[in-house]
Amino acid sequence: MTAAFTEDETQIEAAGKPGLTTRIGRTAAHLASYLQAVPLALILGFFFLLPILMIAVVSFWDYDFAGLYPDFLTMNYTDTLGSWVTWKTYLNTLKYTAMVWGLTLLIGFWVAYFLAFHIRTTTMQMVLFLVCTVPFLTSNIIRMISWIPVLGRNGLVNTTLIEMGIIPQPIEWLLYSDFAVVLAMVHLNTLFMVTPIFNTLMRIDRSLIEAARDAGANGWQILWNVIIPLAKPGIAIGSIFVVTLVMADFSTVQVMSGGQSASVALMMKNQMSLLQYPAAAANAVVLLIVVLLMVAAILRVVDIRKEL
Amino acid sequence: MTNDTKTPKGISRRGLLKTGAAATGAFVGSGLITGFPTIWAQNPITLRQFGTGVSNINAIAEKCKADLGITLEMTATDSDAAAQRAVTQPDSYDIADIEYWILKKVFPAGVIQPMDIKKLKYYDKIVPLFKTGKLKPDSVIAQGTAPHTVGYVEAIGDKTFAKDETQFFTMVPTIYNADTLGIRPDLVGRDITSWADIMDPAFKGKTSILNIPSIGIMDAAMIMEAMGNIKYADKGNMTKEEIDATIDFLIKAKQDGQFRAFWKSFDESVNLMASGEVVIQSMWSPAVAAVRSKGIACKYQPLKEGYRSWGGGLGLAAHLEGAQLDAAYEYINWYTSGWVGGYLNRQGYYSAAMDTAKEFMTADEWGYWIEGKAATGDIMSPEGKIMEKAGAVRDGGSFEERMGKVACWNSVMDEDRYMVKRWNEFIAA
Repeated sequence: MTAAFTEDETQIEAAGKPGLTTRIGRTAAHLASYLQAVPLALILGFFFLLPILMIAVVSFWDYDFAGLYPDFLTMNYTDTLGSWVTWKTYLNTLKYTAMVWGLTLLIGFWVAYFLAFHIRTTTMQMVLFLVCTVPFLTSNIIRMISWIPVLGRNGLVNTTLIEMGIIPQPIEWLLYSDFAVVLAMVHLNTLFMVTPIFNTLMRIDRSLIEAARDAGANGWQILWNVIIPLAKPGIAIGSIFVVTLVMADFSTVQVMSGGQSASVALMMKNQMSLLQYPAAAANAVVLLIVVLLMVAAILRVVDIRKEL
Repeated sequence: MTNDTKTPKGISRRGLLKTGAAATGAFVGSGLITGFPTIWAQNPITLRQFGTGVSNINAIAEKCKADLGITLEMTATDSDAAAQRAVTQPDSYDIADIEYWILKKVFPAGVIQPMDIKKLKYYDKIVPLFKTGKLKPDSVIAQGTAPHTVGYVEAIGDKTFAKDETQFFTMVPTIYNADTLGIRPDLVGRDITSWADIMDPAFKGKTSILNIPSIGIMDAAMIMEAMGNIKYADKGNMTKEEIDATIDFLIKAKQDGQFRAFWKSFDESVNLMASGEVVIQSMWSPAVAAVRSKGIACKYQPLKEGYRSWGGGLGLAAHLEGAQLDAAYEYINWYTSGWVGGYLNRQGYYSAAMDTAKEFMTADEWGYWIEGKAATGDIMSPEGKIMEKAGAVRDGGSFEERMGKVACWNSVMDEDRYMVKRWNEFIAA
C-alpha cells in the first residue's frame, strides 16, 4: 500500500496532468482511512499486543529470587508442561469451566427465554432485565464472599436445616468444596449468558414462530428447530464470556475452595507472589493458547458475524 | 528516667541539625531532596524505610517525626517482594526493615552495611537471644535461621557471617514473636498439648494450616516431628528427602480430609476461627487477639515441642553515608530507647531492648505482657481498644517462658525452590 501511495505522489509531483483532483481525492481518502485506524491500532498495539509480546519474551528468561535475566531458555515451558501439577490443574480448571458453562447456559437461556417470550410489555421486560443486573452493582468479590456466611458450617443453610430437623449435623461440603466454587462462579457469570441470548431472542421475527405453529410444530419442536438455531450467536457470545472468565479465574477458586483447589490462574498468581515471573509468563502463554483454541472452536461451530 | 534518656538525644539532635544543614547543599546537588531545600525548617532529613514488619506501623513514623524531626517514609511489602527489592533496588531505600531469613538471602549481595556497635547506644540492652542465640545461659539454640547466626560479620565489607559476637552488627533486632497453634477452647473439647494434635482424627475437616510455603513447611515440620514420623537434622534447612517426606505426609492428610481450608492472609485466619469452620489451626498472635475482640474464645496454645519463632530488624542500606548515616544511627538509637519497644510489647510482639521498653509501660502492662502475670486492670492496645479484661493471663505466660521455648526460627532453605515446587503440588493435589 505504501508503495502505491508514494507512486501516486511522484506522479502528482511529476506533472500537472489532467485528473489531478481525482488523484488527490483518492490519496486523501486513502490517508483518511489510515488515520481513522490509527487510534485503535495504537491502543491495541500498546495495551494489548506489546504486553502479550513482552509476556511471550519473558517466558523464555531465566530468574532467581532477585531478578530476571534475559536469555532463551525453554526451561519454563518444560517445567510447566512436564509437571503433573500443571496437567491436573488444567484438568481441574476445565472441569470447572465445563460445569459452569453448562449451568450458566441452562439458567441463562431459561431466564432470557422467559424475558423475551413470556413478558408481554417492553417496559416490563426492561424492568426485569435491570433486576437481573442489580447484583452487579456490588463488586464480584463481595458477591462471592457473601456466600461464606450462607454456606458455612454454622451458616444460614446449615442452621436452618438443623433447626427444621431435616439434617442431624451440618453438611460439610457446602463450603470450601467444588460445589461452593461452581455455585459462586455460576452466580457471578450467569448474566453474561443472559444478556447476549436475550438480545438475539428479541430479534427473532415472531411471525416465524407463528408460521411454525401453523405448520403444526409443537412447543418443543419450535424451541428446538426455530428458536435455538436462531439464538446460536447469542449463545456463542455468552459462552465466550463465560469460558474465558472461568478459565482465567483465581479469586473465586481460592476463596470458595478455601485454598484446597487449584486453578491455572491461581497457579500463576502463586508463582508471581514468589517472584517467579518467567514461569508465570510461560503458564500465561500456554493458557492463552488453550483459551484461544476454545474460542476458535466456539466460533467454528457458530459463525457470529453471519448470523447476527 | 525519661529525662535522662531524653537529654543526650536533644544534644545529638542539635549536632545532627548542624551537619544536616551543611550537607544539604550536597543533597540538592545529588538530587536526593526534591522541592525547596528548607534548610531552616525542622526537617532536613528523610529516611526511606521499606519492609515487612514495623514499616506497617504509622504511629512509629509520627512519633519519630515528633521526637527526632526525621521524616520516615515507610513502604510495606510482603516478604518475597521485600527480598527482591532489597537486592535489585538498593538505592531505593535507606533502612531495610526485614526478617532475619530475608537478611540471610540478601546480605551476600552487599546491599546492607553492618553497624558499628560502638555507635549503638543501647546495644547492651539488646536481649542475648540475638547475640548468642540463648535467651538464658542454659537455653538450647533453636533450629532454622536463628538471628544470631546472621547477626554479625568480622569486618565491614564481609559477605559471610561471623560465628560469634563481633563489633559489626548486621541488623538491629526490632520485632519478634513466638508462633504456635490457635485453638477454640470451647470447641476442641480436650486439652491440646502438642503440635501433633492438629492431626487428631477427631478434628477431621476442622483444621487449617497456612498456605505460605516458607512458613507452612515449618509448621508441617513441627507437626511431623511431634507425631514421631521423622527427626529432622535441621527443620530450617531440610534435605530433599525430608521435604518429600513432609509434603507426602501433607498430601495424604489433605486427601483424607483433615484440613478444612488453607489460609493466606491474616483476615482469612480470623474468619475461619471466628466462624467455627476450624477449631485448631496455625495462627499469628494478632489474629488470636482479633478473634477474641469479637467476644469469641480463642487461645494461643503453648505446645510442649515449643514455638516456631520469627524476628525482624532494621538494616542500613549500603549507600548511606555522612549526615544520612548519622541520622540512620540516630533513628535506630531512638528506636531502641524504649517508646517503640513499649508500643510493640503492647501489641503482643516483643521488643529487642526490653529494659528500655519497660520505662514506657505501666507496671500492669509489663506484668501482663512480659512477666506473664494476671492483669490487674483492663489491658489496652496501643490504639486504645480494650484487648483483655482485668484478671486475664497471657497465653504461654512470660517472655522468658515463650521465647525460651523456641524450637525453630523462620528460615530460608538451600532447597528452597524444590520445596516451593513440592508445596504447589500439595495445594494442587
